[in-house]
Order: sequence, then C-alpha cells, then structure tokens
Amino acid sequence: MSRRRPNSSQFAVVDRNGEPNGRPIAKRRLDFGERWSYAPALEANSYIKLRNRYQLFINGRFVPPKSGDYFDSINPATEEKLAEIGSANEKDVDLAVKAARRAYKNVWSKMRGRERGKYLFRIARLIQEKARELAVLETMDGGKTIKESRDIDLPLVAAHFFYYAGWADKLEYAFPGRKAQPLGVAGQIIPWNFPLLMAAWKLAPALAGGNTCVLKPAETTSITALHLAQILQEAELPDGVVNILTGAGETGSALVNHADIDKIAFTGSTEVGKRIASATAGTKKKLTLELGGKAANIIFEDAAIDQAVEGIIAGIYFNQGHVCCAGSRLFVQESIFSNVIRKLRDRISTLRLGNPLDKNTDIGAINSRAQLDKICELVDSGLKQGAQLVQSRARLPAKGFWYPPSFFTGVTASHRVAQEEIFGPVLSVMTFRTPEEAIARANNTPYGLSAGVWTDKGSKIFKIVSQLRAGVVWANTYNKFDPSSPFGGYKESGFGREGGRHGLLPYLALS
Amino acid sequence: MAEERAAAFTRRSIKTSAKLEGLRLVVSMMDLTTLEGSDTPGKIAFLCRKAMQPLDPRYQVPSCAAVCVYPNLVRIAKKFLEHSSVKVASVATAFPAGLMPTKLKLREVRGAVRDGANEIDMVINRARFLAGEYERVFDEIAATREACGVAHLKVILETGELQTYDNVRLACEIAMRAGADFIKTSTGKISPAATMPVTLVMLEAIRDYFYETGIRIGMKPAGGIRTAKEALAYLAMVKETLGDDWLTPDLFRFGASTLLNDVLMQLVKAVDANYQSADYFSLP
Repeated sequence: MSRRRPNSSQFAVVDRNGEPNGRPIAKRRLDFGERWSYAPALEANSYIKLRNRYQLFINGRFVPPKSGDYFDSINPATEEKLAEIGSANEKDVDLAVKAARRAYKNVWSKMRGRERGKYLFRIARLIQEKARELAVLETMDGGKTIKESRDIDLPLVAAHFFYYAGWADKLEYAFPGRKAQPLGVAGQIIPWNFPLLMAAWKLAPALAGGNTCVLKPAETTSITALHLAQILQEAELPDGVVNILTGAGETGSALVNHADIDKIAFTGSTEVGKRIASATAGTKKKLTLELGGKAANIIFEDAAIDQAVEGIIAGIYFNQGHVCCAGSRLFVQESIFSNVIRKLRDRISTLRLGNPLDKNTDIGAINSRAQLDKICELVDSGLKQGAQLVQSRARLPAKGFWYPPSFFTGVTASHRVAQEEIFGPVLSVMTFRTPEEAIARANNTPYGLSAGVWTDKGSKIFKIVSQLRAGVVWANTYNKFDPSSPFGGYKESGFGREGGRHGLLPYLALS
Repeated sequence: MAEERAAAFTRRSIKTSAKLEGLRLVVSMMDLTTLEGSDTPGKIAFLCRKAMQPLDPRYQVPSCAAVCVYPNLVRIAKKFLEHSSVKVASVATAFPAGLMPTKLKLREVRGAVRDGANEIDMVINRARFLAGEYERVFDEIAATREACGVAHLKVILETGELQTYDNVRLACEIAMRAGADFIKTSTGKISPAATMPVTLVMLEAIRDYFYETGIRIGMKPAGGIRTAKEALAYLAMVKETLGDDWLTPDLFRFGASTLLNDVLMQLVKAVDANYQSADYFSLP
C-alpha cells in the first residue's frame, strides 16, 4: 500500500450510469444569477449631520479661509453635493504653520511623553466611539464600501492612534542609547484613497514624537478630516498642535514651500512626489514620500489555488483598486494559467457593485471623475495594444462614477497596463515559467512598494521574498495592515517607513 | 484565506424578502436528524410529522428534505413518509466510527435500501485515510455506491477527525471520484462538526470537480449549525461559491435538528413582525 499522498487524478471517476439527480452533463459554467438575490441592506445615514460649509481648522478653531473661496465636495456614488469646503491659500498656510510653531514651542515639545500619550489614547477612544458615524461619512465622501470603511478603515485608524499613544512615553526605549528629539512642525499631505487612515498614519507618530502638525487632506475627501478635527477639539488637544487645511494642489504646494516647516510627509502620486522632492531639496526640511506602486502578485503552481484567487481579488479589487500597494500585476505560472483565469472569471462575477452604503456591496464608486477618466484611458491603451479584457457584467448605476471589476490577459511587460499605475479595479495578468523569471519580471518596474507570493512550499517563499525589491511582501495573503508593521517603498515608490517603531524615525532627530 | 473568506459570508446582511425566501429554502434543505441509541418508533413519529409539516400552512413553509435515522428505524420512518415528498435517509456503514469489516457495512447498506431508504449517509474509514491507505478508502466508497443501487449516496468525511484542510480536500476528491452524490462534513458525534471554513474547502472541491467533469456533487454540512443566521450565512457561501444551481435541496442539505425551530421562529417573526415564545413551536 502506497503511503505517498496521491494526486487526485490517480483515482478514476467511477461510472455513474449518467448523471446523478437526472441532470445532463452539459455546460461547465457556474451560474451566478438572480436566484435568491440579496435584498438591499442599507446602512442608516439619516442621523449624519453634515455642515453646509466646512471651514479650516487652525489653532484649535474652525475659521473661514482668507480668500473666502470654497469648493464643492460631492458623493462620487451619486454626484450629489455634500458640502462646501474652504480653500486655504498661502496666508492660511502661514497662519497654520505659525500656530503649529507656537504650540510646538510653548506646549507640545515641553510636555512629557506620558501626557502626550494621554491625549493620543483619548483621541483613539473617541474615534472608536464614533467609528460607525465616521465610517458612514467616509463612505459618503469617498465612495468606498461601508463594509470596508466599517471593518477595515476605522478599526485601523483607532488602532494606529492606540499604538503610537503607547510609544509616546517610551521613546528612549525605542532607540536604546540614543536621545530622541522631535523635529518641530510637520507638514503632511495625504491622498483620497484612505482619508482617515492616512491622517492617522501621519498624525499619530508625529504627535507621539512631540511634533506639531499641519495636515492637508485630499481635495475630494476633506470632510472626515474635519470631523476628526472636531474629535481633536473634544479631546481638548492643545490649540495649534494639529491644524487641518483643505484645498487643492496649490494649498499643498504652499505648505511644502513654507519656510518654517521642519518636515514634509507626503503620500500620493509619484509625479507629485518628485515635485515635492525637488522643492524641498537644499532646504532644512526632512522628507518622507509614500508614492505609487505596481505590485507583483506571484502565483506558483504549488499554491492553494482557491486561496490564491481570494488573495488576487483582495489584492486588486479592495477599495476599487485605489490602493498604492494593490497587487495590480498578476504573475501566474504557465501550467496553472487557464485554471486561475477560469476561477478569476467566476469570482469577479460574484462581486457586487453598487450603492457603497449597502452592507453587501463589494465594489464601491470610483473616487472622482478624473480618476475614472484615467482608468478608462489606460484600459483603452491596453485594448489598443492588443490585450484581452475580461469584465464583470455588473450593472453600473446611472449616476456616479463606476468601473466594473476587470482584468487583462495577453499582457506583456511592454504594455502600458503592465507598467503604469492604474489605481482602479483593473488587473494585468501575465505568465512566467520559472522562479527566476518570476523574480526578474516582478522587479522589472520603477516601483517597489509591495508584492505577494503564493506557494505551499515554505522554502520557496523565503527564497523568493529575499530577492523581491519591494518594501512589503506578503506570503499567502495580501493587503494585510497592522499599526505595528512598517510600510513603505523602494525606488520610485518613495522612502521612509510608516507604522511600527520604524514609523517614529521620520519624526525624530536621534543624537 | 479560507477562514477569512468564510468569515466574509457571516457579514452578508440578509434582510426582508431575501431573509424570508432564504429561511424557506433552509427548511426545504433540512435533513431532520435523530441518531441516538435511545431512538424509538415513537420518537421517529414526532420527527416525521414535523418534517412533513414544520409549521402552520399559512406560513407557506415547505417540508424538510429528509428524515435521517439509524437503519433499524428506516422501515418505521418510511411508513410515516411514504406518501410525502420527504425522503428517508439512513446512516449506514457502521456509523459513526465506520470500523466494521466492509462486507458487514455493505450488508447494512443493502438492508437499509431494501427497507426503503432513499439516501444512504456513509462514513469513510478515517483510520485507513489517516494511515495513508487511500485506495482502500476509495474502494470502500465505490463498493458502497454500488450497494446503494438507486439510493443516493452521501459520504461523511468526519472533518473533525481529518483536521487539516489538505486532508479534507483530498478526502473530497476521493469521495467524489468514487461515486458520492453528496459529500458531508460530519457525523455530529465529533467536535468540531461542520464549520464554515471546512464547508468552503469542500465547496471548492465540488467546484473543481464540476469544472473537470461537468458533474454536480451535493454538499451537506452537518452538526453544529444551530441558528437561522448561521444557516443563511451558509446559503450565501453556497450561492457565491457554486452559484444558483446549487441553491436546491437536490444539491445542498443541512444536517440538523435544533436548527429547524430557530429558523421557524425567525420565519414567523419575518411574517408577523413579532417574536413568538419557543413554546409555540412543536418539538421534533
């Protein structure tokens, strides 16, 4: 009797005298149709109090912008206007930086770490208390599904504040034998894909380290940052320790170029990151950049295929693909290509696209018309260059910005869709033959933020991950985040780390 | 990822019309089960009556799929159910340990079928499986398949004893290739019985087998599913893993007994908009 684990195909299929249950053996397609369809399950939002106008948050108060200009913030799922947002100019930036400087000099840098920690713990608890309300707001303002804002964004936001609250009074243990001093005033510019979470990633370590902050949220997703400002008020954070300025690119540029800033932290596109790098070159400003990505998700033939398919889905369709570390290049070993594609095809037809406030929605709205245009332009280029597009047949709502979950096959490394960050729910599938080829292809990109490896063989994981030039590599999972785990990139994906003990470093001077 | 994916189905929000339709579907998929040494014809009478008409007709609740009993009570159950749509299922093959000689197991199967069982729930020989004697496990299932004749065969893997997902997956392959109509998680005598991740792994095995052969194999999680909410999460998992074709008692069953009254209680609540005391629901 053989003790070797058999391959399933060793067992011939027993003749069944036709088909059980009297069903003919015909099509081998699964039918994801309308039988027992889920009724709408909308998250309540009638209690949400949106202000008509959101002002700037400077020195602990909400103040109108000096220019008197406001811009509209819309719900990308409905194109309805939610509120007007103040547009900060250079004068507002100057006021905010001055307030931050005063707060730094007089209060925050003098305060003992233990006291700073208390504020951070208080903020974390308040966020937890208001988590559902903030999640609904995040969904209305940015288009992401309530499932994700409720189960992923908000828990991580609170966790991040809790985590860095714990470091505030332990900085001398974080870097043994060295003295850690705050830098001063930090200018922080964040993107629209995870508005509150990115605010937490920026604010929590800066505040724990004793710095004060001027934060600029993205133009299309300003509202939750201003609700966070309200929480900071409730937590009685000293005036000026955190200032929040809303506005478009010019506001960010004014912040970057302000002379009295000690540190710039930016998360966003590589294009803007490069401009910031040249603007801060030759100044005293320290800089960290967390930029774009074009991550490789590598599936070997010995992987648990069904689990890997889940990882592919989580990797590219999470948050409509608006994720800098999205697994947007899929490398499949040739021997399992058709199997993986069939499973992917079936899996995307089960993804539910629609109202982001419906608790059963998997794919929400694209954040803005501009982003939708960019996705469409890149998909067109893929088609023009001869790649084959597979798309879910999900019905797109009439209003709002939507893109169905999609993937390209027949992609090669010279296709634009294999090189450029799409930042949408579009995956480029390529094949490889050997581990060496997989590594070479995965590293063949100007980016280097993240990667994924799928194999049941542990030794292969170690061999591969040590050769991948990416800041984060997930093995047999994808898009897992934890405040204790550092995150950041190589090459054109930026530099500096956020999260963990490493995340304190960009906000400290060690001596 | 299997646990993560399975947990995602528990967060599906099944409301209003979907809930009502889902609960009716759950009842129609139920194998109402009693497998106690103390089972008597009297107990079987309670169970069969409940299976045929779980609730007052005005709630439009379908009958259960089957009643599942030990072989010695098949004849009794058949007498009650003969003129109804409810099938008689019987565990056989030296349930629950499955350690008798194959010859005796097959005799037990043939006897149950002769007495009127429409469905046979066999157990695999876990000892042989864990010892690596996969061919013997395969042969025994194939022989049982033959002994079943026209009766449908459900193969119980007893996943709580196989323990790893790799083992479960392999056991699924063996059972399907050897001729199972259904694969089933558990006897209900071992803890853990059915869990969502294990059921998901089995559904994925069924999916691969369908891709390969075009044959649709049924799935039956059994034991441990006690609430309507859990049952609806299982349904969501079936719908999103295998699609609409599996949303039928022909291809999906719940092996349960206490589940039924919780489902009925939720059903009454969905129709009448208020909860009733458990006293209003007859015990099976």
